[in-house]
Amino acid sequence: MSYIPGQPVTAVVQRVEIHKLRQGENLILGFSIGGGIDQDPSQNPFSEDKTDKVNGWDMTMVTHDQARKRLTKRSEEVVRLLVTRQSLQKAVQQSMLS
Amino acid sequence: MDTESTYSGYSYYSSHSKKSHRQGERNRERHKSPRNKDGRGSEKSVTIQAPTGEPLLANDSTRTEEVQDDNWGETTTAITGTSEHSISQEDIARISKDMEDSVRLDCRHYLGLTVASVLGLLVFLTPIAFILLPPILWRDELEPCGTICEGLFISVAFKLLILLIGTWALFFRKQRADVPRVFVFRALLLVLIFFFVVSYWLFYGVRILDSRDRNYQGIVQYAVSLVDALLFIHYLAIVLLELRQLQPMFTLQVVRSTDGESRFYSLGHLSIQRAALVVLENYYKDFTIYNPNLLTASKFRAAKHMAGLKVYNVDGPSNNATGQSRAMIAAAARRRDSSHNELYYEEAEHLVVAVEEAFIHIQRLQAEEQQKAPGEVMDPREAAQAIFPSMARALQKYLRTTRQQHYHSMESILQHLAFCITNSMTPKAFLERYLSAGPTLQYDKERWLSTQWRLVSDEAVTNGLRDGIVFVLKCLDFSLVVNVKKIPFIVLSEEFIDPKSHKFVLRLQSETSV
Repeated sequence: MSYIPGQPVTAVVQRVEIHKLRQGENLILGFSIGGGIDQDPSQNPFSEDKTDKVNGWDMTMVTHDQARKRLTKRSEEVVRLLVTRQSLQKAVQQSMLS
Repeated sequence: MDTESTYSGYSYYSSHSKKSHRQGERNRERHKSPRNKDGRGSEKSVTIQAPTGEPLLANDSTRTEEVQDDNWGETTTAITGTSEHSISQEDIARISKDMEDSVRLDCRHYLGLTVASVLGLLVFLTPIAFILLPPILWRDELEPCGTICEGLFISVAFKLLILLIGTWALFFRKQRADVPRVFVFRALLLVLIFFFVVSYWLFYGVRILDSRDRNYQGIVQYAVSLVDALLFIHYLAIVLLELRQLQPMFTLQVVRSTDGESRFYSLGHLSIQRAALVVLENYYKDFTIYNPNLLTASKFRAAKHMAGLKVYNVDGPSNNATGQSRAMIAAAARRRDSSHNELYYEEAEHLVVAVEEAFIHIQRLQAEEQQKAPGEVMDPREAAQAIFPSMARALQKYLRTTRQQHYHSMESILQHLAFCITNSMTPKAFLERYLSAGPTLQYDKERWLSTQWRLVSDEAVTNGLRDGIVFVLKCLDFSLVVNVKKIPFIVLSEEFIDPKSHKFVLRLQSETSV
């Protein structure tokens, strides 16, 4: 998804709801996260899925640490994510054409 | 002239402000009698005289040398000292008043100085007397002085030396002004020292001289304790007289009554008369010189402009007389401002051009002189006289336009020009003094018009400053109204911001499993 810094971006998002698993004392989600505004974006491991919101909290301007904290809150068992990826945009465009 | 009645009142004030006792007690009764004639109630007024620095009898001679020839701009090729002086009625009254007042205040000043020096001498000689009297009077019965005793002699000697230097530094300074009342703290300290020394002498006289004490070491230690206590009193004097007023507590707003020029000064805890002294010392260097011609000139010009205007009523017949006059005044003011400004700038430009040409001429002259005789340097005074005629006319026209011509005599301009040439100043530096009015100190002492001041206040002038006090410093031509305001109590609190909260470190890619 190309964008010009400083200009607003529109994205197609997908809602994902995840119930946390219980492993011992911790509630885990089962995947790894990478990135954050304090990280070097050219070295992102998974460049496909970008998270926009977690349980209503905005994820577009958070550091790695803050994102981790929001995802691993002990009080929440369910995590609702708004995820976007490039293939979604293409799929929507194709469905609109046909 | 109606000024005569005012001047005769001055000698009353100065005679009644003579102080003879040291406690600084206020003499309200004596001051009330002349004031009641004016009908004003408890207003107190005392005289402050700033020292003139030149002997009074020479005043007349300096006035005769004053060149009052205003046309020096056109007649500068032959410089002759024409002296047509005219002393006005005011000047005569002022000179005679100066002579009277300074004689009376000098007596008071010398009295205070004598008392203080006598006391100082007594205090200084007392420890020496304490130590020397027993050997003189009963040497045979006295125990011999051991090592400790002789050590104490050395310490007494050095402490007395330190005391002497400290007293000289603190108390024996040239008095910078004559003030109406005795300084309260100084008087209190002198009284304290007097009683202290007297009590020590009483004890010494009764217990040591009468009973002929044989323990010489004890006597020497007694003298040492006196010197120690005197050093502590000296410390007290420093704190009371010098240190206490250093921390600023009040801001004084000083407004000149004639043109409203105002300045602000910060002071600490001072008495009203000392605050007045500080204000006056700063007045001479901060306020621009008082120019009475500027005030009358504007009124005259306004009348001239108003005469040329006519008002036509376009809206039909109406009896709006106030509206008409207001319109006339506004139009006259506008016309006066614009024409005055044009004239002003034109004259200034002419002047700058003339002076620059004159300075270029000087440089050319200097270059020629150096070629002719490389060892000789042209005397700046001669150079000034050489180029002065070329710019004299422009300068004089300019000074007439800005009404400063009586502040700058030809001699002073020549001196200033020689000064600028000596120090290689540019034409602009030379002209700056004439283009803008400077503080009073910049001009000759004769032009100051005001060195004697009266302090008018409705509180005793030895009272400390307080918020809201207003006192007035009057001189012959104008007055300075001083308003005292307290510096507000400032509440300063801190707010701590964790540096981590608005900083982050750019890290390389990191994965976390959630």
